Amino acid sequence: MVKLADDEKAMLDGQGGPAKQKAMELLVKYAEALNCDRFVATNNIAGVPGSSTLFLKDYYKDHNGGDYEAIFSLFDLDSDEVFPVPKVSAYSCHLQGGVDPNEWKTLGKTQEAFEHQMEDEAAVASHGIQIMKTCTPYLAGNVPVKGEHCAWMESSAVVFCNSVIGGRTNTEGRESTSAAMLTGRVPDWGLHRDEFRRGTHAIEVEVPIESMLDWGMLGYFTGYAVEENIPVISGVTYQPNLIRHKHFGAAAASSGGVELYHMIGITPEAPSRAVAFGGNQPVETIKYGQAERRKIYDMLNSNGTDDNVDFVMLGCPHASIEQIWEVANLLDGKHVGPNTKLWIFTSRSVKGMADTNGYTKAIRAAGGTILTDTCSAIGQAVPKGTKVVALDSAKQSHYLPAMMGIEAWFGTTQDCIDAAITGKWMGKLP
Amino acid sequence: MSVDALPRNDVIVLHGRKVTPGIAEGEALVTHQTISGWGGINSMTGTVIETRHELRGVSFKDKILVYPGAKGSSGWSAAFHTTRLTKTAPKAMLFTVMTTKIALGAVVMRIPTMTDFDRDPLEVIETGDWVKVDADRGVVEITKKARA
Repeated sequence: MVKLADDEKAMLDGQGGPAKQKAMELLVKYAEALNCDRFVATNNIAGVPGSSTLFLKDYYKDHNGGDYEAIFSLFDLDSDEVFPVPKVSAYSCHLQGGVDPNEWKTLGKTQEAFEHQMEDEAAVASHGIQIMKTCTPYLAGNVPVKGEHCAWMESSAVVFCNSVIGGRTNTEGRESTSAAMLTGRVPDWGLHRDEFRRGTHAIEVEVPIESMLDWGMLGYFTGYAVEENIPVISGVTYQPNLIRHKHFGAAAASSGGVELYHMIGITPEAPSRAVAFGGNQPVETIKYGQAERRKIYDMLNSNGTDDNVDFVMLGCPHASIEQIWEVANLLDGKHVGPNTKLWIFTSRSVKGMADTNGYTKAIRAAGGTILTDTCSAIGQAVPKGTKVVALDSAKQSHYLPAMMGIEAWFGTTQDCIDAAITGKWMGKLP
Repeated sequence: MSVDALPRNDVIVLHGRKVTPGIAEGEALVTHQTISGWGGINSMTGTVIETRHELRGVSFKDKILVYPGAKGSSGWSAAFHTTRLTKTAPKAMLFTVMTTKIALGAVVMRIPTMTDFDRDPLEVIETGDWVKVDADRGVVEITKKARA
């Protein structure tokens, strides 16, 4: 049984109105399912409240035409009736969507899908939710601090929050984040608690890991090796920066279900091996050497046979301004080939910086396009006729070929830009 | 020999913990692999779509789904929640590894779900067995499928 504090009991009794009551009912059921006996307060929530696919919009059309209140009540809070949805009580942001509001035609989206997204977005903003529209809220202004209890969706953001920052969040879902936005509570289970944050598996790195490509591959290997467990990585001799952590974590969360990793001497909860394991004996010790590195590279390239590349997609997870600067530099004085498209996905916030710095214009002049809000996998959008894509993200390589039925090459950002310019894949394991 | 005439000891009983309430019975669909929600199933048809999954192309609609649990994207609960709307959800779920994804998913699918068993359901139950799930009492009854 969940023990409720007085204010939690008051919400469950309906003193905060029917929406908060329904949200608490859902959270109590969720806590009971987890066999968790208490809630933790959170004031940092990242989800996709009230957002509706065309399927949901149509399914709920008899309820106010499937508007925000209908979808938030019926789907997000799993209610059988629609009620007024108040503004959020906790600091909340909306993660990625499916449509770029400026480049929706480039993405091949319909006028209907675009207008529909704009209506949703206006409703989300009017309920006090920040429109970040990104899988990288930590690059768009929502940066938690160590020890902060969060309720985040988006596996790549969850692993970044827990591992790099030392924030505390489980992989929440749409319904739990929407309920938390109204109540400021989530079950105090899993990664909110110290005893769940200790390392379980040892990964011993025996090769130098420096480039973003190498960090992505090590992450992809780690996910396969530990699945949903907590790896402790040792043998790292190069200090990874933000984009390396971003690609490592996203890859590990895709091939496995890694929500938290420790790197000895690097991440905040791993000053030493002993602290990282917190008394746990490693279940398994796994080596990453030249043979494993080769195998992962080949696995990530197993969908590629045709070296004629017609599409290059960068920005999974959404590109940082450093990555956009790098792309602009790589393209300097060159032009994307006549049969190739280059798309770089980022958040609106980072694109604002790219605009200010002249990168958006420079990349456009070189034949590339910066897009926001979504990516090819989430938005299910590739240029018409795409057969072969080049990617610098292990995560996108994991999802996109299967989802869109296309071939994919994986390599460095330089390999991808070269392919955009020449239309040929020339990547090799460096 | 009819099923009714089978001796009582052909029914195997498991005890476990209620995750979400309810009673259901049906044919078991068993996999030893975890299942992804978003990107791993088609919510319109109730089928597994993940490349290289042993259940790829198989429907879990109206089955008693027996598996280790959930993996992958945080869109897990929403993808399985949608199967309730499209009437392609399983009738009940039995699983072994607890995660926030499957706990929340079970709640919004509104189907009886159990875990924490006294014996490993993945060892005891095979696809095609007839399974009665009484999550409220914490009891699962398994009648092995007739041998061909």
